[in-house]
Amino acid sequence: MSDANVYKPSVMRIEKITEEAPGVKTFRLLFNDPEEGRRFSFKAGQFGEYSVFGEGECTFCIASSPTREGYIECTFRQAGRVTSALFELEEGDTIGFRGPYGNTFPIEEWKGKNLLFIAGGIALPPMRCLIWNCLDRRDWFRDVTILYGARTVADLVYKRELEEWAARPDVKIVTTVDPGGETPEWKGKVGFVPTVLEGMAPSSENTIAIVCGPPIMIKFTFIALDKAGFKPDAIFTTLENRMKCGIGKCGRCNVGPVFVCKDGPVFTYAQIKDLPAEY
Amino acid sequence: MEIERRLLKKEALAGLVEKINAAGRKVHAPVCEGARVEFAPIDSIAEADLGYVQTTQSAKNLLFPRVERILSFKRRGGAMETADPDLSALPETVVLGMHPCDAAAIGSLGAIFTWDTQDAFFKARLEKLTVVGLSCAAGDEYCFCASVGLGPGSTEGSDILLTRLASGDFLAEIVTAKGKALVELAPELFLPAPAGADKDSALARIEKSFTREEAGERAKARFDDDALWDGQALRCLGCGACAYVCPTCACFDIQDEGTTSRGVRLRCWDSCGFPAFTIHTSGHNPREEQGARWRQRLMHKFSYMPERQDVFGCVGCGRCSRACPVDMNIKEHLIDLLEAKS
Ligand SMILES: Cc1cc2nc3c(=O)[nH]c(=O)nc-3n(C[C@H](O)[C@H](O)[C@H](O)COP(=O)(O)OP(=O)(O)OC[C@H]3O[C@@H](n4cnc5c(N)ncnc54)[C@H](O)[C@@H]3O)c2cc1C
Ligand code: SF4
Ligand code: SF4
Ligand code: FES
Repeated sequence: MSDANVYKPSVMRIEKITEEAPGVKTFRLLFNDPEEGRRFSFKAGQFGEYSVFGEGECTFCIASSPTREGYIECTFRQAGRVTSALFELEEGDTIGFRGPYGNTFPIEEWKGKNLLFIAGGIALPPMRCLIWNCLDRRDWFRDVTILYGARTVADLVYKRELEEWAARPDVKIVTTVDPGGETPEWKGKVGFVPTVLEGMAPSSENTIAIVCGPPIMIKFTFIALDKAGFKPDAIFTTLENRMKCGIGKCGRCNVGPVFVCKDGPVFTYAQIKDLPAEY
Repeated sequence: MEIERRLLKKEALAGLVEKINAAGRKVHAPVCEGARVEFAPIDSIAEADLGYVQTTQSAKNLLFPRVERILSFKRRGGAMETADPDLSALPETVVLGMHPCDAAAIGSLGAIFTWDTQDAFFKARLEKLTVVGLSCAAGDEYCFCASVGLGPGSTEGSDILLTRLASGDFLAEIVTAKGKALVELAPELFLPAPAGADKDSALARIEKSFTREEAGERAKARFDDDALWDGQALRCLGCGACAYVCPTCACFDIQDEGTTSRGVRLRCWDSCGFPAFTIHTSGHNPREEQGARWRQRLMHKFSYMPERQDVFGCVGCGRCSRACPVDMNIKEHLIDLLEAKS
């Protein structure tokens, strides 16, 4: 074959499994072929196609930071055929991976700015990659603020990291759960992310906002940011249209003239406003 | 290269098929199967039906099979081994008697498979395919090639284009180097073309109802006109037949077959008309209504592909309209789109 088979995955070994929340796990993955591992590089925002051979492929972002070399991590929720098969696997088992695909967060362009991260539910993974990437380059940025919300306390993922970030003097972190999702011990806020955001009255001055979450949260967060004076091109998010190929061929992620897998998944609010609302 | 004109006597076609077969190449041609005509392998010209108007299925299967193996995997000991399909074993193939719409469709398919990342499967098949097109002497009410920049005698996509003259003999236009190489298999059959050989009078008359550029601009301008799209798609069942018969539709799914120890990864035709095509895991569906899916089909072919891949995604073959169980008619809907007031 003169051109390489672009659908052929690398074989990766699960080095470590972390249970994050009910139905949510993180895999740390190593390339079986160390040479492939050395050649591999990616940037914050990119994703891959992960597969259980015999069950199929599914799309997750790369949740570890490119500054932490030698492995990649993904965090996923058990949902359907492939994620359920992944859920059954143990440390030492192998899976398929192809990627990295898609565009990236333009971190270099954010030097000297304040960063406001806003994430909801299982959407913290793409954000986690970006947050660690930015914290590993902490001197590039001014204030770093993280707002993270989930349905219930149990649904918050990356609990150890939330504590680690909270302990840092150079990060301001606010966590919230939906009304009714709190426990007696809960010390964070209670309320939906967009409402809590409005209460925080963030300054839009020299600030980039990055929003990841379910479509409904994103919609209302955009409204809150708009009210706070954020310009559409200072707001970034990722779209998660269903994907198969990841390389602009299968047509599944096509929204307007855009292929989310190739032109995204990272978009500014300004770009999204120009797209048909098919995401 | 400049197109060369030759004459192929009607009785010489049989010899040409023999020579191609003798050279170890497979020949596919339209073959009558009961009430339908479909592309199928032939051993002799007697099996072919060259008087057909349109096959039910397009020949895209030859370049983009309905189901294609893209990987095989096997657990050996503890380790998973993966292997590429062997594309070097693909046979050299000649498709004979393909109409100009289908020949032009190869360019649209190719744009999708090679516009960015190169798809080795499509390219390997294309490399081994030679197209001997056949101009249309007759169309039907579903044909609209003339409205999408083509015509019953266009050479686009053909390596050789045959046109049956009034005498019954064929004018052979040799368009590409691949076509020339095919002539070399039987040079004695390709006679000098008579100076007065009149191709135009041998062609079907296909009305030009609009231009593809107009159709694309108008669809874009009326994107938010839900009443238009929902109205047009009211009876659409979302069955996907239109996409399956279409020579340019290339949406696909990827699925595994086998067990977790041994199996294959397949890519299979899919359709943007299926409700499940875009559904998120949460159950949220970005294209909830059939009208939005129908709009996607037209926008993709007439607006997005020209914008991103610099080709149109419809060649006016009319297959989708003929195949639709509830008589959705793309040509009529495009005319309606152009005429309706906004
Ligand atoms: C860019 C991107 C990044 C992503 N990142 C992550 C991530 O980091 N972590 C994560 O957990 N997820 C992520 N996702 C989502 C993830 O890809 C899906 O959850 C996953 O593919 C589900 O695969 P599955 O085979 O387990 O589910 P499937 O078996 O495909 O089904 C999932 C659900 O979809 C619905 N469904 C499927 N088929 C049909 C049908 N025919 N009709 C009706 N409903 C149907 C059902 O509700 C089913 O439960 C991301 C998605 C994208 C596009
Ligand atoms: S959309 Fe219909 S008319 Fe156009 S190329 Fe496809 S099948 Fe033919
Ligand atoms: S063939 Fe007809 S009914 Fe079926 S999806 Fe296409 S337009 Fe709809
Ligand atoms: S996922 Fe196939 S085109 Fe984007």
